[in-house]
Amino acid sequence: MQTSLDLKLCQPLHLIRSINDPEHPLSLEDLNVVEQLRVHVNDPESSVIVQFTPTIPHCSMATLIGLSIKVKLLRSLPSRFKIDVYITPGSHATEDAVNKQLADKERVAAALENSQLLEVVNQCLASKLPANAMA
Amino acid sequence: MAANSVLLGLVEEFVSGQQDSKASETATGVKTGQFTVLELVEALGLSLTSPQAQTRGRGVQLLSTVLQECYASLSETEAEVLVAFYENRLKDHYAITPYVLQGIKALTKCPQFPPGLSVSILKSLFQDVHAQSLMLKERSCVYNILINLMETREEELKGLGADFIAGNIVHQGYELGKFTEELFEVTSCYFPIDFSAPPNDPHGITQEDLILSLRTVLTGTPRFAEYLLPLIIEKVDSDVQSAKLDSLQTLTACTSLYTHKDVAEFLTGLWSSLRREVFQTTSEKVEACSLSALTALTACLSRSVLQSDSEDGLQVFLELVLGDCKHHLCEPDLKLVWPSAKLLQAAASASYRASLKVTAAVVPLLLEQYSTCTQCAQRRTLLEVVLGFVQPAQNSRSADGEESVLSGFQQPLCSVVFSALSESSAGLQVTACRVLTALGQQPGLLLASDAELAADHLTRMVLVEDESQVCSAVMDCACALARLYPDAFASKMIPKLKGEIFSEPMEMEQNYGPGLAPKHSPQATRQRCVAALAVVSSKPSVVQESAPILLEVLSSAHSGSSLFSLEEVVSTCHSLQRIAAQAQDAEETGRFFHDIIIPRLLGLALQAALQGEREGAQRSPLTEEAVLFALVPVMSTACGRLQSQMAALTASRAVSLFLDGDVSFLPENDFPSPLQLLKKQSEAWRQSQLVCLLMACVCSMPRTVEIPQIDRLFEELEELSCTSPHPFSYTSAAKCFAGLVNKRPEGEQLDSVLERTMKRISSELDCASSSFHTQAFTLLLWVAKALLIRYHPLSTVLTDKLFSLLLDSDLADTAAEGFSLLLSDPADVLNRGCHADLRIMYRQRFFTENSAKLFHGFNSADKVRKSGYLKALSHIVNHLPRQVQLAELPALLPLLLEALAFTDRGVQLSTLLCLQPVLMDPPSALNPHVDGLVFQVLELTTSPGMEVRIASLRCMYALARLADHMVLPFRAKVIRALAKALDDKKRLVRKEAVLARSEWFMVGCPGR
Repeated sequence: MQTSLDLKLCQPLHLIRSINDPEHPLSLEDLNVVEQLRVHVNDPESSVIVQFTPTIPHCSMATLIGLSIKVKLLRSLPSRFKIDVYITPGSHATEDAVNKQLADKERVAAALENSQLLEVVNQCLASKLPANAMA
Repeated sequence: MAANSVLLGLVEEFVSGQQDSKASETATGVKTGQFTVLELVEALGLSLTSPQAQTRGRGVQLLSTVLQECYASLSETEAEVLVAFYENRLKDHYAITPYVLQGIKALTKCPQFPPGLSVSILKSLFQDVHAQSLMLKERSCVYNILINLMETREEELKGLGADFIAGNIVHQGYELGKFTEELFEVTSCYFPIDFSAPPNDPHGITQEDLILSLRTVLTGTPRFAEYLLPLIIEKVDSDVQSAKLDSLQTLTACTSLYTHKDVAEFLTGLWSSLRREVFQTTSEKVEACSLSALTALTACLSRSVLQSDSEDGLQVFLELVLGDCKHHLCEPDLKLVWPSAKLLQAAASASYRASLKVTAAVVPLLLEQYSTCTQCAQRRTLLEVVLGFVQPAQNSRSADGEESVLSGFQQPLCSVVFSALSESSAGLQVTACRVLTALGQQPGLLLASDAELAADHLTRMVLVEDESQVCSAVMDCACALARLYPDAFASKMIPKLKGEIFSEPMEMEQNYGPGLAPKHSPQATRQRCVAALAVVSSKPSVVQESAPILLEVLSSAHSGSSLFSLEEVVSTCHSLQRIAAQAQDAEETGRFFHDIIIPRLLGLALQAALQGEREGAQRSPLTEEAVLFALVPVMSTACGRLQSQMAALTASRAVSLFLDGDVSFLPENDFPSPLQLLKKQSEAWRQSQLVCLLMACVCSMPRTVEIPQIDRLFEELEELSCTSPHPFSYTSAAKCFAGLVNKRPEGEQLDSVLERTMKRISSELDCASSSFHTQAFTLLLWVAKALLIRYHPLSTVLTDKLFSLLLDSDLADTAAEGFSLLLSDPADVLNRGCHADLRIMYRQRFFTENSAKLFHGFNSADKVRKSGYLKALSHIVNHLPRQVQLAELPALLPLLLEALAFTDRGVQLSTLLCLQPVLMDPPSALNPHVDGLVFQVLELTTSPGMEVRIASLRCMYALARLADHMVLPFRAKVIRALAKALDDKKRLVRKEAVLARSEWFMVGCPGR
């Protein structure tokens, strides 16, 4: 039982670790933007909370990174999960504004209607490797 | 006069009215003889002398355009006048030059070209035109002029000499003299090449071609060095990655030709560029190119001959490198240790001299740093760096008679490695193993006493380390070192392993103390010991120590004196097989196997079988199918490698043992006689199953080895395989029969055997009351396989029989499964290792010959029987090479789709596995079936079989990569349906579901 729970817990990080940073040729895990420590899963209550740490306090891409994480989780986790993505407290200058945007369902949905924004998000999510190499 | 006014009008409209179409009208006029070229020049008079450069340009343009169309009709005098005019115009405003060049180009094509003109044209071209600064089109024009003149007036041009020839003859050793710089300018303006071929380019020139040909020009002579090297530095410093790569590769290429003098001046600049590229690397490619450029540069410096009065360029350069890199190795945070180490290693790998100098400076530092570091991760990093210096590169290897560059550090290196082996960190141990291997492979770095110490350390690790990573590193290290130091391992490791294998669990606890033992399970330790015995046994002297221990394990397991689990016995067999397979000195080890091991194994198996017959006797593990199954590869590997004389002897002994019960060659041969191992005895399955060992012996021999009493053997094997009730026995007998048939030379003898067998099989199968249907079918299948792979003409009869069995009420299912075996390579018989007569294309051939029958059979079969055909088809297609699959796909797809809809999970899986690679690179034949495919596969993502779910999700992933317009209609539905798989109870399924669903989200979306 312990192991199966562990595996389930590991999964969200596994899902988002390989997201590409919009500005670097590196993944979010390489940049320590996401860490196992800041991913909280509660399977019985169907909730996932991810805190991410922008590389610098004035990172202009913070909202985009948050959006990418959220979209990736929305696409990859069963719909029963409530997904909360926000900035690690104290790590960004406009933390509150970004958190508010990410928490707002309508704004997330509207952002994904914008084809330019969707393009950037998709580029972040695009798998670098073909499926065979990953499998 | 009328003509003139027309002409004036045309000129006016072209020059002032900017109507380009008038040029062609004028040209037509000239061509039809309405007016002459000279009249045109006169008419142009005003515009050609206009003070405005633009107007003059327009005028020249008109003239040039006209000339391009009617150069053929010019007379000598006209040409002369025009050339004089154009040469003069070359001195004019630069905006006019393009048109002037066009005009000259047209003139050079003129057939009535007065002598002497070409020389004068070229002289003025060289004098007045600065080709490198022209636009692409004009440059091409200049070169076309050159080409035209070369074609028609080559004789005249020879007078020009060096002025002219410079262009394309760098390599042929012409004296370039003062033109070096100009020539370099001419060629280097193209560097780095920035070219992308236009679509549908008929010439097929690629960027790569241009880069390579330019590189040969630029690196053609050391005279370019003073110009090329600054250019390279400049381009490496640019931001464009392709420019960086090209420059670095050019640097690597040119340093192979340059000498110390050519590069001396630029060393500092080159080094700082290379260092920056490695320290602040943005891409692996750039880093790799920088490192190889550094190696090439160092090699270039190493080649230079020292003169007493000049300084040593290599020395100076290496001091530069060391000065910049050394201190990074000593930083406590080890931040830049990797890039520095890579640079140093690249420099060291260039030559023996360079490596001597670098290692002398670096290795003591690393060793000291290692002793001051306390964290395992840091020590591991340092050790990895040391490994890079120990593993020698090709060029820096010491020549004969020279000492290894590390020989001065032999003792400290070994002690560091041994201390790292005793650390508790797995990563450190793994790295230490790799360093130890590298040390062992360098002559003179591991003394005999150190080798024994290494064997001791490795033995201890085999006994106590249960981390899989460490274990495999230890095994690799032991394998490599045992080849080089067999005696150390035979004397130090093997006795200890033996003691451990035969120690009782109780003793082990005493050996390690109560606190330690429970952590390591005795079974796992034993298994590691058994595996380690095989790993070190590559030299005959070690084999003679280790193999008897494994035999002892088997015999004590058989006698029941110590408790070995079935698993341990099987892994002992695997170890024996590994020893047989990796024997380096085939003859000596082969003799050992022939004299000792094969007879002992046969004897043990026989004893076990006979003992098992007796009432109430303890069951020996050697009668278990799993153990026999593991013994078969031991025997067949050993027999397959015997020298022909010993092989023949072994074959005749095995045959007489099985046919006549001749046990004289077995040790402890006190068996009850008469033995009749192949005779059908309803209770004696323990004896009859030994036929698998006969198969291992006689079917793995090279084809040249004569098998004695072959006809009797065929008869008895046929009898056994058709009548034995014991599945393992009759299958093994059938395999043995097939293995022998496969190797028999074609001829009457073989035909008569086959005819008899076919009759027997048919009569068994046709006889409704016979209880040996399965047996007969098994024999049929294996014989068909044996004949199919050697292209025997009779194979068609047998495979047709198999097809007909797809309609049989009892055997349809088994027959369909049989096609999988027919086209796969079995592990124990009829493969290359067994020297079988095996043609490589037999699968394709089988498919081409039989696909029509299969389709026809499927279409005419009634509903219940169709499934068998589908199953057979999916097995056959799955074994075909991919090219054949693709070619046959249009015909196969409808059937494969039906197979997906078919409820048998095995069929579904095999079909999905065959579809998935096809979908990754979809042929156009797929297009009409996409919708059917999407829904069929989607259906299977909720199948109860986990493997089917995984395979179908992989197919879904592949489907999402088809062209958008084909799959976009299904996007919403698929995404919704795949949500269910995200919550699958199996992690592996969820993983595939995430991949597939993410990919479907991308369908038709921007940013893919």
